[in-house]
Amino acid sequence: MFITVAGNKKEYKEGLTVAELIEAEKIDNPLYVTVSVNEEFVERGTFDKAVLKEGDNVEFLYFMGGGC
Amino acid sequence: MAFTNEQLERYSRHIILKEVGAKGQKKLLNAKVLVIGAGGLGAPVAMYLAAAGVGTIGMADADVVDLSNLQRQIIHATQDVGKPKVQSAKETMEAMNPDVKVITYHTFVTSENILDLIKDYDFIIDGTDNFPAKFLINDACVMAKKPFSHAGIIRFQGQLMTYVPGQGPCYRCVFKEPPPKDAVPTCKQAGVIGAMGGVIGSLQAMEAVKYILGVGNLLTGYLLTYNALTMEFRKVKLPSHTEDCAVCGTHPTIDHLIDYEQTVCEMKH
Repeated sequence: MFITVAGNKKEYKEGLTVAELIEAEKIDNPLYVTVSVNEEFVERGTFDKAVLKEGDNVEFLYFMGGGC
Repeated sequence: MAFTNEQLERYSRHIILKEVGAKGQKKLLNAKVLVIGAGGLGAPVAMYLAAAGVGTIGMADADVVDLSNLQRQIIHATQDVGKPKVQSAKETMEAMNPDVKVITYHTFVTSENILDLIKDYDFIIDGTDNFPAKFLINDACVMAKKPFSHAGIIRFQGQLMTYVPGQGPCYRCVFKEPPPKDAVPTCKQAGVIGAMGGVIGSLQAMEAVKYILGVGNLLTGYLLTYNALTMEFRKVKLPSHTEDCAVCGTHPTIDHLIDYEQTVCEMKH
């Protein structure tokens, strides 16, 4: 199936969860990333239960604390 | 209030813009913006707002200028090392534009003083360098119904979003609560490329100016991200269903301001 990750369309296996996607995409600090799928937040702690489907649009939003 | 000849010349490139004009320039001169943090982000924000003729600019920062700040905090110069950042910033801004009244707050912004600090301002800039402060500014602005610009920078990356009461998500809608101490590195720990503050801080100044003028579209409901290494800007649409947010949702569970714990290294820039 094809899903869009941070603006790029990519092919992944059927039944991929958000947790597996985070691992596949080598996301920094996976415990503290905010994920949205089709402009809905996925609650942290439920990433392994959130199954993605064809055409989903996934965004990763990162904590950025600097300003100094 | 009529413009002096000097003001007509100083702001001529603004006044000629149909989105600004004499009317818009007067709005800027009458506007009050509070910049929290006079560092990597706060420096370019404060300088562009001062140059633009934003009439009253508050600068809040408890720190003094350190030599390690000068690689990016362009409002401060070598001779300012050791001086309170707000004082150094004020001197630069007043030298740039005598029309601007700079009010300094040489203090940490806390749950005790933030509502008092922001109450007289039209727009708030989050130029802070730590999550406790970012969440405090968000919650206070939500509670006091003040618009603000959030930004964060680290390494070769930056992000910003704009909150306007009643329009789109707040910072807490997206990020929920501060990460535990040291779970996510600060720019002191991880480094930041000097011009990043210039890129993202200038965009924060742009949002403040657009808000004051009432022109264009703000970054409400979006997080703009910038990666300097790939030279990509992305305007990421944020979820609009945020009724369950702990501070701006329909039934908020946060009814008081919180001073989250800061690490010692975050206390000093």
